[in-house]
Amino acid sequence: MEDVKVDKTVDARGSFCPGPLMELIKAVKAQPVGAVIEVLSSDKGSANDIPVWAKKVGHELIYSDQVGDHWKIAIRKTK
Amino acid sequence: MDKRVVVLGGGVGGTMVANSLARSIPDEVRRGNVKITLLSNEEKHTYQPGFLFMALNEGRLEQFQRKEKTMLHPGVDLVLDNIVKIDRDGKRLIGEKGTVYPYDFLVISTGSFPDFDSVPGLAEGSYNFYTAEGAVKLREALANFRRGRILITIDVPHKCPAAPLEMTLMLDDYFRTRELRDQVDILYTYPIGRVHALQSIADWAQEEFESRDIKYETFFNLTEVNPQLKVATSLEGSEVQYDLLISVPAHKGAQVIRDSGFGDEQGFIPTDRHSLKMLGEDSIFVLGDATNLPISKAGSTAHYQADVVVQNLISELNGLPSTAMYDGKVFCFVESSMNQASYVEFNYTHPPQPAEPSKMLHWFKLAYNEVYWLSARGLL
Ligand SMILES: Cc1cc2nc3c(=O)[nH]c(=O)nc-3n(C[C@H](O)[C@H](O)[C@H](O)COP(=O)(O)OP(=O)(O)OC[C@H]3O[C@@H](n4cnc5c(N)ncnc54)[C@H](O)[C@@H]3O)c2cc1C
Repeated sequence: MEDVKVDKTVDARGSFCPGPLMELIKAVKAQPVGAVIEVLSSDKGSANDIPVWAKKVGHELIYSDQVGDHWKIAIRKTK
Repeated sequence: MDKRVVVLGGGVGGTMVANSLARSIPDEVRRGNVKITLLSNEEKHTYQPGFLFMALNEGRLEQFQRKEKTMLHPGVDLVLDNIVKIDRDGKRLIGEKGTVYPYDFLVISTGSFPDFDSVPGLAEGSYNFYTAEGAVKLREALANFRRGRILITIDVPHKCPAAPLEMTLMLDDYFRTRELRDQVDILYTYPIGRVHALQSIADWAQEEFESRDIKYETFFNLTEVNPQLKVATSLEGSEVQYDLLISVPAHKGAQVIRDSGFGDEQGFIPTDRHSLKMLGEDSIFVLGDATNLPISKAGSTAHYQADVVVQNLISELNGLPSTAMYDGKVFCFVESSMNQASYVEFNYTHPPQPAEPSKMLHWFKLAYNEVYWLSARGLL
């Protein structure tokens, strides 16, 4: 997890609506292809939702880790 | 020493902060120790939820507008100007014609705006109910629509997460009432893997969709509209044919935020989630749609935040640090048909539970359309 340079971190802790995945989609749109975007989420559903979306679109999942009371999930934008 | 509080934005958040501050410290305002100025680039205050009703031919723009001047406490000085720059180092704002507005404390509530250029073909190929003009055009298109497919697309970020779902459910009702529903196919799409951001709302809405024959596709992030072929394409690789496209475009922050060189890529301002101060700034508060907070961009959010901002402003004006904390509270009505509604309430730590839809809640929501004007004046 430490080796990857994160280009943008989105703190979506405490977000029920729009929620971490929508916050991530917002951030991904504004980043160039190749950028690594990390999202912090207090919702354990994100550990499932975000990888599912990334896979569907073809973005690369870099990590999905629980850190204390929240999750840190990062993807690389591929297109 | 006299202090100047400048409030930028005459919408929900700005109007509530200015009025409630004036009402809370009447003596200071009367003596001129605190001068409250509200800057807005619109003479009229618009109740945006009205756009939904307008599009379905249930109301007209005049019903949802009041002159901003009539909304304000006498202690608030209204100045109509389009601010083109916020100069944080010089603690001043600059208007369109070069007028300079110095401040000691600045409150920013400049809102969010649908970006019709965010996707190729969108401006040409879609209808919307997120602007007054959009709602008028959509009203006409819907009134003349008798058969075919209505496609609804929703992009992020957008304000009022309830509105697209409400529109879809109300459309079903609208065409049923007109006895055209058999010929009208409604296809709703959503960016993530369920039909609404909130799991509980999504579960409820999906059942409603199934029982009312509303089709839906999840994981649909619009990337292109072809207005000639009437095809919408998603990032996830789907291509959908439509006859009428109703789109909620990705929103961005106000132009002035982007032109002043702060805000994130989309022009939303990095804001402390509890104190509502702009990050790194001690004399600027931000509320409503203008923040970058990961919570619903809704009038109710701005309303709850206004209470916190006013409390903190009063502390700071008295030389105390800000102690009021915003807890992330959001409240939303959700219209489930033309005569039933539900609501949800939540904050940073408490997940929402939608209330059972009822006729009574629908009447509450209709009543709120009127009550809003008292609420914005700081009377309720
Ligand atoms: C169709 C629809 C339905 C909705 N339904 C609901 C609902 O049911 N419940 C709910 O809670 N919310 C709802 N909302 C959302 C709600 O309207 C917004 O979240 C709310 O208005 C945000 O308040 P604000 O103060 O942040 O911004 P706004 O109310 O948008 O006000 C921004 C103000 O800033 C001014 N401004 C911007 N830039 C400048 C500048 N450069 N110089 C001077 N002035 C400037 C603008 O003129 C405007 O007056 C709905 C919105 C829409 C579009």
